[in-house]
Amino acid sequence: MRPLDITEPARALFRPPFRNYQFDGAYDEMFEAPGVPRPHYQALFQTLLGLPAEEMRKSQQAADLSFLHQGITFTVYGNEEGTERVFPNDLLPRIIPNQEWRKIESGLTQRIAALNLFLEDVYHGGRILADGVVPRELVYSCRHYRREMRNLSVPRGIYVSICGTDLVRLPDGSFAVLEDNLRVPSGVSYMLANRKVLKKVFPTLFRDYGVCPVDHYAQALLGTLRALSPASSTTRHEPTVVLLTPGVFNSAYFEHTFLAQQMGIELVEGRDLLVHDNVVYMRTTAGLKRVDVIYRRVDDDFLDPLCFRRDSNLGVPGLFNAYRAGSVVMANAVGTGIADDKAIYAYVPAIIRYYLDEDPILPNIPTYLLTDPSQRSYVLENLEQLVVKAVGESGGYGMLIGPHSTAEQRNEFRGRIQAEPRNYIAQPTLLLSRAPCFLEGEAQARHVDLRPYILYGEHVTLVPGGLTRVALRRGSLVVNSSQGGGSKDTWVLRA
Amino acid sequence: MNGYGNSNLDGPLHGPMGGRRQTTMLSRVADSLYWMSRYLERAEHTARLIDVDFELRLDQSPEAGSGRWRRLLESLHAPIPEDGKIDATTLTHILTLDKTNSSSIISCVTAARENLRQVREQCSSAMWEQLNRLYLHVNSTMAGEAWLLHSYVFFRAVRDGAHLFHGVTDSTMSHGEGWQYIQLGRFVERTDAVARLIGAHLGRLPHSVENSLDNSYAISMDQAVESEEYLEWVGLLKSCAAFEAYCKKYTAELRPLRVAEFLLLNPEFPHSVRFSVDKVHTALQAIAELTERKAEQPVRLAGRLRASLSFSQIDEVMTSGASAFVDSVRQQCGQAHAAIHHIYFDYPVESALA
Repeated sequence: MRPLDITEPARALFRPPFRNYQFDGAYDEMFEAPGVPRPHYQALFQTLLGLPAEEMRKSQQAADLSFLHQGITFTVYGNEEGTERVFPNDLLPRIIPNQEWRKIESGLTQRIAALNLFLEDVYHGGRILADGVVPRELVYSCRHYRREMRNLSVPRGIYVSICGTDLVRLPDGSFAVLEDNLRVPSGVSYMLANRKVLKKVFPTLFRDYGVCPVDHYAQALLGTLRALSPASSTTRHEPTVVLLTPGVFNSAYFEHTFLAQQMGIELVEGRDLLVHDNVVYMRTTAGLKRVDVIYRRVDDDFLDPLCFRRDSNLGVPGLFNAYRAGSVVMANAVGTGIADDKAIYAYVPAIIRYYLDEDPILPNIPTYLLTDPSQRSYVLENLEQLVVKAVGESGGYGMLIGPHSTAEQRNEFRGRIQAEPRNYIAQPTLLLSRAPCFLEGEAQARHVDLRPYILYGEHVTLVPGGLTRVALRRGSLVVNSSQGGGSKDTWVLRA
Repeated sequence: MNGYGNSNLDGPLHGPMGGRRQTTMLSRVADSLYWMSRYLERAEHTARLIDVDFELRLDQSPEAGSGRWRRLLESLHAPIPEDGKIDATTLTHILTLDKTNSSSIISCVTAARENLRQVREQCSSAMWEQLNRLYLHVNSTMAGEAWLLHSYVFFRAVRDGAHLFHGVTDSTMSHGEGWQYIQLGRFVERTDAVARLIGAHLGRLPHSVENSLDNSYAISMDQAVESEEYLEWVGLLKSCAAFEAYCKKYTAELRPLRVAEFLLLNPEFPHSVRFSVDKVHTALQAIAELTERKAEQPVRLAGRLRASLSFSQIDEVMTSGASAFVDSVRQQCGQAHAAIHHIYFDYPVESALA
């Protein structure tokens, strides 16, 4: 491959597909300066310069069609009933050098360890609350705090075994944690599907780059779930693991079927399970079969109508009692939502220091707590510069992006914040890093984030990479699939 | 240590030594596979019927056609327009792209796909893709004058889609319990559909043997049919994809008795009632084996029906009333269906815990 003549960097930029590539204050994943690609993007850059736009367009169409035929879709709520949509996929990989990845890996390992210690503490002695590191009222006022979990010990003390943490890259090039998803994080199937497609589109480039594989995710997940199985079951037989889905109308249903298939476990709905004498069984054609571990993709609220929401048809009556009796394990544990509450999030650096006596490897985003009168008044005065988020929501719902908002929307949020300050937090509007995406026949810069997936069973496992989510609308900062986002493959390099 | 508590659910099936049964099948999954297969078979059957009708219509007087359309709708459980007027366009619409008719092709393909979507981790990706493709094709079809004229392309696509699906299924899915439910659904549906079609066809004949005292009826049944009648019998055979196979066995001379024998009792032709019942029984035996529930009702019912078809002779059937015979086949098939449902899909928990 001929090295790029960097004495005339600007000229390369005028060549397709980069003719209209935009730069602004955001960190650009591909270019360190206009026309000068970062060393690890050099090969991709060269390939793109030599690739006719028509060929890329064909590959994109083929990829879209294959997603449609495979039914790799998600469901959009609040739209027409049950609208299935293909999750848009962008063909240009996001590349992360190994060294950067190692830092992310150690940062996330540290974080999941601390958050699990926090959960165990909060549901048992409450040391951290007594020591005043995290305010007691913040924990007890959290909507996802589960009184029913008090003094219940979970296997290995692991509450969160499957976690997807959202990272963003700031203008200075450093990664920071935007939010933790400790309840039922989704998206991992798209990571695997994207990889499959990219291997077909750029086989040579992929091989030459030396990309760390991600295909073993399903096996690692199964291993993690098995490691949680109650001790008695190891002497009995291999633990029976099932994936509990809310059903075909859930937005992530494709992912549920995909993971169950990849792991070779049963995909069950609430109506397939029943509890008798505190033991959970599934109805099979050969009779009832005992269940040991449930990877549940159903929210706490809907798990058991006898214990949580009575109107839930998705759950299993008596499931929580069986869980308390220890005859069945659920992953993630019930009540983990307190640790990804966006107000508790502000305390995670303190939580890491408190339990591990270490400095956080990955920083947080500065967060304003609206329960604090002085922070609140600052936020209310500066709404047009800030992002306001509801503490218990995810998926980009219940959010105000100040700079892109109307006066009317700001007024609405102002009212909401004053009515329920505990329910909201505010953060500065972040300029997310940008990466090239193939749109409208050329490379265009779009904001991206990164969601790596962390597994915690016998030990912590991260598959190298994750889901890079893209705000496909020009200038948009929202990457959620429900809000017009897409995704791209993430290549973590071996060296 | 045995962590099972005091229930006696823990036979050798799940115990440390009970490694015989390798797979588990959820009742809901079995139910979905079964119904997916039934719906797909129904779509294929309907597509063939309309296609054949379309062809016959060209050779027939309009009166002969409209009587057949009524039978067609009846045999497919489709609604008959309230004013009683049926023309080619309404008929085609009701049976193909009418989403309000639960037995139209579009409804059946959608239902089949919805069932498979709920259990898609159970099938191979190739199977899902094939059915999804058929679904996307059917749903992107726009009805209109031009489409109506070339609707045979559509029916062909539906039939091909279903055949491809079964081909892909047979070659990419383990022929284990799940596959057996697919077989079961397909042939239960076929038994019922073919029996119903033969029933509707026999009911049309001016004389039925029940009210003829001499044997002139039996004799007339064993003579070659002509003109309009000929077309009707060809239609029946073609509706079961059986015309060529019939000619191979009996030559092109169409005798009602032979047609009835071929469609009811032939052991080798895949759309005959007997062949379908054989498959139902075989699948049920395999399922009983796999679930270790050998003495259950479904196998017994299917076995009895299989025996009665294996040992029946067409003369006897005709003398004692062909319509009654066909009705009894359908009834027994319905009983088997109910038993399958009750034993494998939706059993009372009390019985499983007892």
